[in-house]
Amino acid sequence: MTARWRLSLWIAVLLLPGLAVMTLFVAAPLVSSFRYAFFAFDGLLPGRFVGLANFQDVLTEAPFAAQTWRALWHNCIVFAALMATQNGLAYLIAFALLKALPGHRVHQVIVFLPVVLSAVIVGFLWKLFLHPLFGLVNAALALIGIHGLPWLGDERTALGAIIFTNAWHWVGFPALIFLAGMQRISKETLEAARIDGANDRVLMTQVIWPLVAPSATVVVTLTFIGSFNWFELPYVMAGATGSPGGATDVLGLYFYRTAFGTASSGLTDFGHGSALAVLMFLFIAVISGLGLRVLRRREIEV
Amino acid sequence: MKGEGAKNLAIQALLLLNALVMLYPLSVMVLSAFKSNNEIFASPFALPENFAPVNVLRMWQETAFLRYLLNSIMVTLGAVVAIVVFGTMAAYAIARYRFRLSTAVFLFFLSGLMVPLKLAVIPLFIQLDRLGLIDTRLGLVLVYVAMGLPSAVFILTGFLRTLPGELEESARIEGASELRTMLQVMLPLARPAMVIAAIQNAVPIWNDFFFPLVFISSDRLKTLPQGLTVFMGEYNTDWGVLFAGLTLSALPITLVYVVLSRQFIAGLTQGAIK
Repeated sequence: MTARWRLSLWIAVLLLPGLAVMTLFVAAPLVSSFRYAFFAFDGLLPGRFVGLANFQDVLTEAPFAAQTWRALWHNCIVFAALMATQNGLAYLIAFALLKALPGHRVHQVIVFLPVVLSAVIVGFLWKLFLHPLFGLVNAALALIGIHGLPWLGDERTALGAIIFTNAWHWVGFPALIFLAGMQRISKETLEAARIDGANDRVLMTQVIWPLVAPSATVVVTLTFIGSFNWFELPYVMAGATGSPGGATDVLGLYFYRTAFGTASSGLTDFGHGSALAVLMFLFIAVISGLGLRVLRRREIEV
Repeated sequence: MKGEGAKNLAIQALLLLNALVMLYPLSVMVLSAFKSNNEIFASPFALPENFAPVNVLRMWQETAFLRYLLNSIMVTLGAVVAIVVFGTMAAYAIARYRFRLSTAVFLFFLSGLMVPLKLAVIPLFIQLDRLGLIDTRLGLVLVYVAMGLPSAVFILTGFLRTLPGELEESARIEGASELRTMLQVMLPLARPAMVIAAIQNAVPIWNDFFFPLVFISSDRLKTLPQGLTVFMGEYNTDWGVLFAGLTLSALPITLVYVVLSRQFIAGLTQGAIK
């Protein structure tokens, strides 16, 4: 065997396991998921080719369409609410940590602690806390004379309660991304702004904000992808049907329910499920692609 | 500079308030694990009457908690070891050798970064079913390896490319084989990047609920987050046991996090900060 041959063989051995896993469990499924969306399924097997019928069903036909659009709307609410609350708060926390006051390292570790916990733990914990009769939240409200609501049982508050839980769970993540961006701003820039008489509010909104544009791009993009793939927290706190009465139904839950059925009906529907998955994938890819272009342009301008 | 002191005080107050909001719910979780239903309902803010681990023992004895824990350890460990080993091998080939298709192979791995694998769960399910791997730990591990390889290859290739070529050359001149050069000269230098790749993947795999929910149905194979949902249903009238279950489930990763917080934060925000 020549040396060149031996080297080629060695390179092939190095690449083989990784390529095999990627081919079997990323590339092949991805190609199939587009193909499957055009078939009616008979159990686990793609049966009849149905063209665009699955897409048409989930977008325009009863009983699918109403759920699709309602879920999409809820995802939009989740995204907007998380941007305003979770990420707004994260920016404030990052600014507070930037001062590097005594104890700031401990505070970083604390704010990031919930991030490393499973959404299942966090979801169940807050579900217990939000219990209408025995929960910690309503017990605390009762102390100051407020009669709390059944937060997760009321259609008006259920989605908000899960969004709140998500913000508690994840706020440390955007906070530390913003912090890393702020730490990259040169000391001279901040000093100069201070000498020019900028107070903290001006510093935060007019000096730092434009300079952390790259961090903002990352936070917005990740929040967007996370909001439209939202599944574990609503599943744990509101169940696969998005109770009460679909008030917390989001695309992730609806997709799971369509594809794999619920506890009460174990019927799988891989055809409509695949169509939904393809639509969600395209929606997320197109919007985040367009969004990235806009956000990147903004980074350069400022 | 007079206002500075007052302002810093206000910022400290804000940070303390935030720490309270983060830590208080978790401390109530731990304290409630030692309470009876009566104590939890009647005096939710009080300390437990005693710290006898009654609820923890019940969890341990009456539920399959230990088995769920072991399954989670096996699956996470198996997947992370495979990700780091396969990822390092592939990254080493891409970063240290010139060969045709090198760029194409790299891009093939990177394309996995763009795909949320959860949305491909239906074809994955069918694929695993064909291979007879539905409802097995191996099937779950393979999916996690596929999920983790792209970012691992990305990080490790970037790092391995920065290593100086002279080291490799001198090892070769001394007659070391390619394998020995890799294992004894180059990879020891790549350890920091391997740790980052490991942590970045270990945390989401350890915490994952979606894939076990879809792929695992036998109770004896369930992972911790999945087992938790079983057990939260069974004990839903016994809040002390529920809090004990949540506390015990949160404990392992919290302990590791407290010890390795710097690496955790670096690993999990890595992809987002660069």
